[in-house]
Amino acid sequence: MHELTLTQSLVDRVADATAGRRVSAVHVRVGLLSGVVPEAMEFCFDVVTSGGPLDGAALLVERVPGRISCRTCGAESATEDLLLVCGCGSADVAIVAGQELTLTRVELVRETSCA
Amino acid sequence: MCLTCGCGGGSGAHDHDHQHDHETLVLEERLLAKNDHLAEHVRGFLAVRRMTAVNLMSSPGAGKTSLLERTIAELGEGRRICVVEGDQETAFDADRITRAGARAIQVNTGSGCHLDADMVGRSLQALDPEPGSLLFVENVGNLVCPALFDVGEHARVVVISVTEGDDKPLKYPTMFAAADLVVVNKIDLLPYVDFDLPRLHEQARSLNRDVTVLPLSVRTGERVRDWYAWLDSLAPGLEEGEPHGAVVGP
Repeated sequence: MHELTLTQSLVDRVADATAGRRVSAVHVRVGLLSGVVPEAMEFCFDVVTSGGPLDGAALLVERVPGRISCRTCGAESATEDLLLVCGCGSADVAIVAGQELTLTRVELVRETSCA
Repeated sequence: MCLTCGCGGGSGAHDHDHQHDHETLVLEERLLAKNDHLAEHVRGFLAVRRMTAVNLMSSPGAGKTSLLERTIAELGEGRRICVVEGDQETAFDADRITRAGARAIQVNTGSGCHLDADMVGRSLQALDPEPGSLLFVENVGNLVCPALFDVGEHARVVVISVTEGDDKPLKYPTMFAAADLVVVNKIDLLPYVDFDLPRLHEQARSLNRDVTVLPLSVRTGERVRDWYAWLDSLAPGLEEGEPHGAVVGP
């Protein structure tokens, strides 16, 4: 359950960057070849934020599909599988996309004035 | 209702006595940035002390601690070895390493399933290893989670044993794809189990074309010399405080 550690550090970083301001949403980009399960992160986010400065914030995960490029035939293809094999049968491939684990942006509620 | 903050009646209108709007803070930071930063600190610490670090990973029971016990007993004279032991609970493994003659520190991860760079960094401060030492980080027994966390090592070693089955690389591809070396332990048991070494080889190479596969038996000592030769190639000339230039990319 490495998603718990990862989510804890995400929440710590957001709390740090937002310095007590009200956070409504946290956006992350998770590649589907990263070894991190987005659903597990979403579950952990609610657990980790409960009762803290980010309580009530939503985690919005942008899932990035895997793409590989084959060193044997040169083709680029999509993959959802961690076993990286090109359609030509070669396993000599480079990952082009799908390993992302990025905190992209945070939505803050800005209190502008009180009547 | 305002979808972002939950207040207001109509679309975007706020019916309570304050005005607000929403602001976006763009960060674009890697989630593992903090761990990777701490891992670089660990590598800095190791460089100052001319140390080489090996991250040992496996499922529980593959023989990581036994491999280290034998390594310490057989290389202990020529090399200073220290070990960071990661387990969910107990100090059993650190006790075994200490009895074998090396310095060890136990990290209990509790609910955690892997070691991270912060734990290893703090352990190194506590261990205060002698310059020129070889550091083993024995990770928590788990073929999934430790793969994601750089702990400041120079090389990653995955240990599997022939009793586990030869299909492990394809079942745990992230771990095997990130390995520099795969040690296949317990080859003395090969006559008794259906473990196909060439198949394991083929699977490991299909995930990681540069990986070295090293079959051995910690119990009988068969081919353990190959392991020592690999350590030598990683960290040559570790004799008595000799500086060495063994910085191998992760």
